[in-house]
Amino acid sequence: MSFANALRCRECNREYPLDPIYVCEFCFGPLEVVYDYAAMRKAVSRESIERGPASVWRYADLLPCDADAAVDIQAGFTPLIKAERLGEELGLRHLYLKNDCVNPTWSFKDRVVAVAATKAREFGFKTLACASTGNLANSVAAHAARAGMEAIVFIPSDLEQGKITGSSVYDATLIAVDGSYDDVNRLCSELTGQYPWAFVNVNVRPYYAEGSKTLGYEVAEQLGWRAPDHCIVPLASGSLYVKIWKGLQELVKLGLIDSVHTKMSGVQAAGCSPIISAWDSGTRNIRPVQPRTIAKSLAIGNPADGFYALEVMAESGGSGLAVSDEEVVEGIRLLARTEGIFAETAGGVVCSGLKRLAAAGRVDRDEVVVAFITGAGLKTQEAVMDTLTPPLQIEPTIASFEKAFGERSVVEARPAAGSAS
Amino acid sequence: MAYQRVKFTFPQELITLPVIYELGKQFSITTNVRRADVTEDRGWVVLELQGELEEIERGLEWVAAKGVRVDPVQGDIVEG
Repeated sequence: MSFANALRCRECNREYPLDPIYVCEFCFGPLEVVYDYAAMRKAVSRESIERGPASVWRYADLLPCDADAAVDIQAGFTPLIKAERLGEELGLRHLYLKNDCVNPTWSFKDRVVAVAATKAREFGFKTLACASTGNLANSVAAHAARAGMEAIVFIPSDLEQGKITGSSVYDATLIAVDGSYDDVNRLCSELTGQYPWAFVNVNVRPYYAEGSKTLGYEVAEQLGWRAPDHCIVPLASGSLYVKIWKGLQELVKLGLIDSVHTKMSGVQAAGCSPIISAWDSGTRNIRPVQPRTIAKSLAIGNPADGFYALEVMAESGGSGLAVSDEEVVEGIRLLARTEGIFAETAGGVVCSGLKRLAAAGRVDRDEVVVAFITGAGLKTQEAVMDTLTPPLQIEPTIASFEKAFGERSVVEARPAAGSAS
Repeated sequence: MAYQRVKFTFPQELITLPVIYELGKQFSITTNVRRADVTEDRGWVVLELQGELEEIERGLEWVAAKGVRVDPVQGDIVEG
């Protein structure tokens, strides 16, 4: 059962019932779900969680919706991998990767949409909607299909074909908006008030955002019920980063882990880094920017949770930095080369950001570090395509093979001694 | 009559201008500030606008043309 008992304004603390609302009527501050932690603590234990399904729904008691009516496409409980080779390259002895590429629609968005879709159906909505440049759209379309709901997905008209297919295959209605990023944003804001749809990241945003807490829960459980020393998290709106922190804090409140000493470090692409710019300037005032980066999944110019992310960064003793688009590509390739994980651009941001933080001594070599890889690379192949070694073109003869292969690597071309003929 | 909740973000050079006052004076729009944070070099204001939808749209175009960034109160809606 859910122990959520109200929505509360993060700015003025006014409370509201658990309705599909997202801003405080008084000060227009954002609303957040609050829980009865005393009751939750009596109901939840490590053992009860471990007996649950291998998905986000093992933490159903810590979420704001009823698991019995879950819209479930098996999101979450993704692998936490000890990254020996990448760790060696970066000089980190205890580096782990939280691999959210393996979610059902290949990104962490399945966690938040699982909760949003479940709550939307609970509220009686028949339509799930979103505005997205890729990952969110795919997840909304898939969850709507599973729930038997209509999906309406707004996309920029110049979106790559791969991302369009990843939503339209679920029979979602795709609406390609001809206009600038700001035009799409404003249109969808106006539509939210006029149509009886659950816009997952707008009118059910307080519930949607709670899904990201499961990343914090999972990492702690997978480390043997302890918080990591350091988290490296990509920053877009800042919500994921803030909710991982909230998830870890809740585990302490519930007596499931002893303490949280985790430093939370955040990384952005330099072409869209309003949170890092504010951090570097020592201010909590976010100055909105026009995104110009290949890391489109992080390209939020006016981050809704930027202020709260800066609070967490300071409170946890973490830090932040921004990496160039060239570093994003290098990061994708470094991760693929060392750990066999093909991440999208946000993973490249994390990997290169971690490399820089480690080189600067801002991540200690003996810390237990978790880097969050939030989406798979097949959706953003164009980011790395031009940098990859092309295939060897040969005739179907041994001579042609040996000529081409030998030219690429003389040493590797020799057959192993004693090998079968 | 329509209502719209928006966030204005002012660059440094516009901080001292009475943009919200002018918006209410030049267009048939009632402005109602709910939250704000303004310093000497930057500032944002969250406010509600009341008026005919077309008038609000014209007013917001005028504000944006001045160089003030106009966003929905919840920040960016388009996500990755």
